[in-house]
Amino acid sequence: MSDALPKTPKLDELEKGKWPSFVTEIKMAAKKSPMCRDLLGQLEQSYEEKIGYWKHGGIVGVMGYGGGVIGRYSDLPEKYPNISHFHTMRINQPAGWFYNTDALRKICDIWEEHGSGITNMHGSTGDIILLGTTTDELEPTFSELQKIDFDIGGSGSDVRTPSCCCGMARCEWSCYDTMKACYDLTQAYQDEIHRPAFPYKFKFKFSGCPNDCVASMARADMSIIGIWRDDIQVDRAAVTEYAKNGMDIKADVVDNCPARCMDWDGKEIHIDNQFCRRCMHCINVMPKALAPGKDRGAAILLGSKAPIIEGALLSSVLIPFYKMEPPYEELKDLLERIWDLWCEEGKNRERVGEFIQRVGMGNFLEAIELEPVPEMIAHPRENPYVFYEEYFEEDEGEEEESES
Amino acid sequence: MAKTVDEIADAMYKLVKDAFGIKKLKPMDLTKAMMELYEGEVDKKTCKAAIKQLIDSGKCVYTYFGGSYVEIPHKEGSANE
Ligand code: HEM
Ligand code: HEM
Ligand code: SF4
Ligand code: SF4
Repeated sequence: MSDALPKTPKLDELEKGKWPSFVTEIKMAAKKSPMCRDLLGQLEQSYEEKIGYWKHGGIVGVMGYGGGVIGRYSDLPEKYPNISHFHTMRINQPAGWFYNTDALRKICDIWEEHGSGITNMHGSTGDIILLGTTTDELEPTFSELQKIDFDIGGSGSDVRTPSCCCGMARCEWSCYDTMKACYDLTQAYQDEIHRPAFPYKFKFKFSGCPNDCVASMARADMSIIGIWRDDIQVDRAAVTEYAKNGMDIKADVVDNCPARCMDWDGKEIHIDNQFCRRCMHCINVMPKALAPGKDRGAAILLGSKAPIIEGALLSSVLIPFYKMEPPYEELKDLLERIWDLWCEEGKNRERVGEFIQRVGMGNFLEAIELEPVPEMIAHPRENPYVFYEEYFEEDEGEEEESES
Repeated sequence: MAKTVDEIADAMYKLVKDAFGIKKLKPMDLTKAMMELYEGEVDKKTCKAAIKQLIDSGKCVYTYFGGSYVEIPHKEGSANE
């Protein structure tokens, strides 16, 4: 095959505009990599014919691991022999996505030697995505990556690579050490990440505050979101400063408070903290004046997922406040009770959120031995969906009495 | 008497082999089958260790078809040379 790039008029359209283009990137990589040349060719043909030419491979991986490699084969291997195999490797990213340039260069060097050279930093799972290699190169790539302390991440019916926001490393709002928690649980559940044994995938995501920068609320089966239980910290002088500099505190802060629990008398801000919903709005608008309280921890939520078998779900509260300090014993105990139940009773490809919908929250809580509390609501301003059995029993008793 | 990891691994291997081409089995299917077959003689921990042994020895592999399964190594239909 010649070294010239294939003609790609359709793909070239995607290079126009002021934003980055994956086509430009693949073309750059194609100067060195025959895989990328064939990738451009096949992609152009797909755009032309409106047909996808990738086949799934369900069996490729590295020895001992059940996840982390996503098998792909070209459906046109004669025409594009260099991408006959084009497997993706998910590599567990460091907590908070912190690297030094040395680590990044080493990953790229390994991938130029053993794969297509193109990466996706990072996939929506959080992993480093190494796009495109052959079955024979999987083990050598894995062994090179291990030498620089990187490991494969999750895929399939296992614990997926946990991810977290940058937390205390960069963000003053972080209510617990997200990176430490993410790393701790990643290490604790190595077997569960690499040896798929669940009905379906299970994701953790750790956010340091309710801004939820890793969108754990919508994307993680277990969402661990930082929160405080005392009062929002107020720096009165800084509030005055904001007002002096022209901020309309009534319109921009107070009137947008979803709990309507704030007040501004032109001089001072008052917050009725018992009604505050920890939405972060006021803190985001006046970061110099307001801050999360000092008694910090995390809310543990369960059940979100994107639509596949059933529709999308958001996570809902399981533990309203947890101190989130290592070694996170209570959390791990609870998690293992959830997994035991879901593994035992869950249907194939049923996410834990769907499982809860099927069996009912009341039964689920009873089985994992967690007391219902009023904070366990499906969404704000809705009544609790917990079934309080003892009250019903009392009612029934009374009725029987009046009937007799 | 409690079954050993080896005994359970052998029994699981037979299941996986017999099911090949007929039904794909998940790790939990294997565990449940063992708990039923050897009631009172085997626990989940032994089953987990047995699956680990089957995978680490290369006698079985994990596969992915929407969900994850345990199968004997084979060349799949979609694989190119
Ligand atoms: C115009 C072409 C393409 C579009 C619009 C597209 C779109 C997407 C989207 C929306 C996602 C989910 C986002 C994410 O996971 O980060 C995704 C994921 C993915 N795509 Fe593509 N894609 C394209 C081409 C390709 C090609 C050419 C390959 C490989 C040959 C590929 C392999 C993957 C893989 C492996 C994932 C999963 C990444 C992960 O684990 O996070 N995609 N793609
Ligand atoms: C057994 C009797 C009652 C039950 C089971 C009941 C139940 C509820 C529930 C579940 C909510 C929603 C709570 C939320 O999402 O924040 C609510 C809200 C409300 N209820 Fe009742 N309620 C009862 C009696 C009453 C009575 C007697 C009054 C008035 C005298 C009343 C006035 C209200 C008001 C004003 C709200 C809205 C509160 C808000 O916006 O936070 N309720 N009630
Ligand atoms: S989720 Fe909160 S703590 Fe984490 S980076 Fe975002 S704002 Fe900061
Ligand atoms: S965090 Fe949200 S709910 Fe609480 S006081 Fe501020 S704006 Fe209101």
